[in-house]
Amino acid sequence: MAYAFDFASVLEYREVLVDGTLKTLALTAIGTFFGLAVGILGAVSRAWKLAPFDRFFTVYVELIRNTPFLVQLFFIFFGLPSLGVQINEWQAAILAMVINLGAYTTEIIRAGIEATPKGQIEAAQSLAMGRAQIFRHVVLPPALLKVWPAICSQVVIVMLGSSVCSQIAAEELTFAANFIQSRNFRAFETYFVVTGMYFLLAIAVRQVMIQAGQRLIARRVK
Amino acid sequence: MQKRQFLHALLASALIGSTALSASAHADALANAEKSGVLRVAVPQDFPPFGTVGPDLKPRGYDIDVANLIGRELKLKVEIIPVSSTNRIPYLTTGKADLVISSLGKNPDREKVIDFSIAYAPFFNGIFGPADIAIKGAADTAGKTVGVTRGSVEDLEFTKVAPATATIKRFEDNNATISAYLSGQVQLIATGNVVAAAVNERTKIRRLDTKFLIKNSPCYVGVNKGEAALLARVNEIVGKLKANGELNQVSQRWLQAPLPAGL
Repeated sequence: MAYAFDFASVLEYREVLVDGTLKTLALTAIGTFFGLAVGILGAVSRAWKLAPFDRFFTVYVELIRNTPFLVQLFFIFFGLPSLGVQINEWQAAILAMVINLGAYTTEIIRAGIEATPKGQIEAAQSLAMGRAQIFRHVVLPPALLKVWPAICSQVVIVMLGSSVCSQIAAEELTFAANFIQSRNFRAFETYFVVTGMYFLLAIAVRQVMIQAGQRLIARRVK
Repeated sequence: MQKRQFLHALLASALIGSTALSASAHADALANAEKSGVLRVAVPQDFPPFGTVGPDLKPRGYDIDVANLIGRELKLKVEIIPVSSTNRIPYLTTGKADLVISSLGKNPDREKVIDFSIAYAPFFNGIFGPADIAIKGAADTAGKTVGVTRGSVEDLEFTKVAPATATIKRFEDNNATISAYLSGQVQLIATGNVVAAAVNERTKIRRLDTKFLIKNSPCYVGVNKGEAALLARVNEIVGKLKANGELNQVSQRWLQAPLPAGL
């Protein structure tokens, strides 16, 4: 039972850990930005039945939400090169995260859009606003505000899910952990430290997302 | 403390005594084998491509071919004894086999217990890649991407000698490393020659050529201590098989590659 902890052997690799953390955050930031963009496009296409995009997004959402993220990642990283599309591990990781988050946020934001009271849209129409204007000024901001907590959770899930990108040699935080414990054979201490780091990262990402929601959306709705 | 040392000494002397006894029990294994007309050879059955069980439930592989070639040269019938990697040396030292041809590597501990012939098969970690990339040594990997299985021997050894501009991509397991190579995500891979042979057996595209060795640990035939006559004959035969190209054919058949020069 007496296990002698040796955290010094993990701290020797602190540069690897810092580097991994930064790369996880960068993956999450880029993935979130483009993933939300895809989600908004998908949501409006499906909620307002914009043919032919609504069909496309329906297939896309079903395909992505019913297959594992790891398989999607392998499909992109190992599969696409066989079709002649050469992408490196970072492009593959970002692409997989954008596609994955896009599918989930499509459904989340669609719920927000469909919850818009009809009267608000009719009021905007009576002010002679165009469809695009109505969407941008009347529908989207309150819709996002309503579902923002769900989006925050989804972003944290995707951030934690980015750990599987270590499987394609993208050197993010989990890769750093696997790398360190393959060198110092201190698996317990290494994963102890990295688990703590993920926990703090998740809390930080959630706070940043909540703040961003307050600043970017809540203000416009008022 | 003293008690412990005494126990160690007792154990050591018992071990030495038993090996001495067993050695004397089958002194001159060559003469005994010639008398009975049978050469008993311990081979692996769980280690492709050196030794596996074929579809006809008979052992097959590099080691079995070598055993049969040595038997042919000695004009003896070969009795194949399947062993595992943990019991292959005990089979020899207790006199249940005359030779161990079981992808056996040489190390100082084993050399205390048995004798080794000259090397009969290549076994190494190295850098492998397509024929059109010219690589002679670690320095030539500069600017190249090299896939490797994280934490493996080749990862640790290649990381030491790799130039700063070589990009090492570390994958979770051998399959991911190989997939990365076959899909073109890395230009070269560091792996074992046995793994490379298994890949070449299954793929026609991007076949793996040996570029250079990282860590070399060839296989030797194991012979009991004190069997000078048998060891000399085995060395003579392995030397002959190398010279007449028959061992090279075995290598081509099972390892999909010629014998490396200097084996």
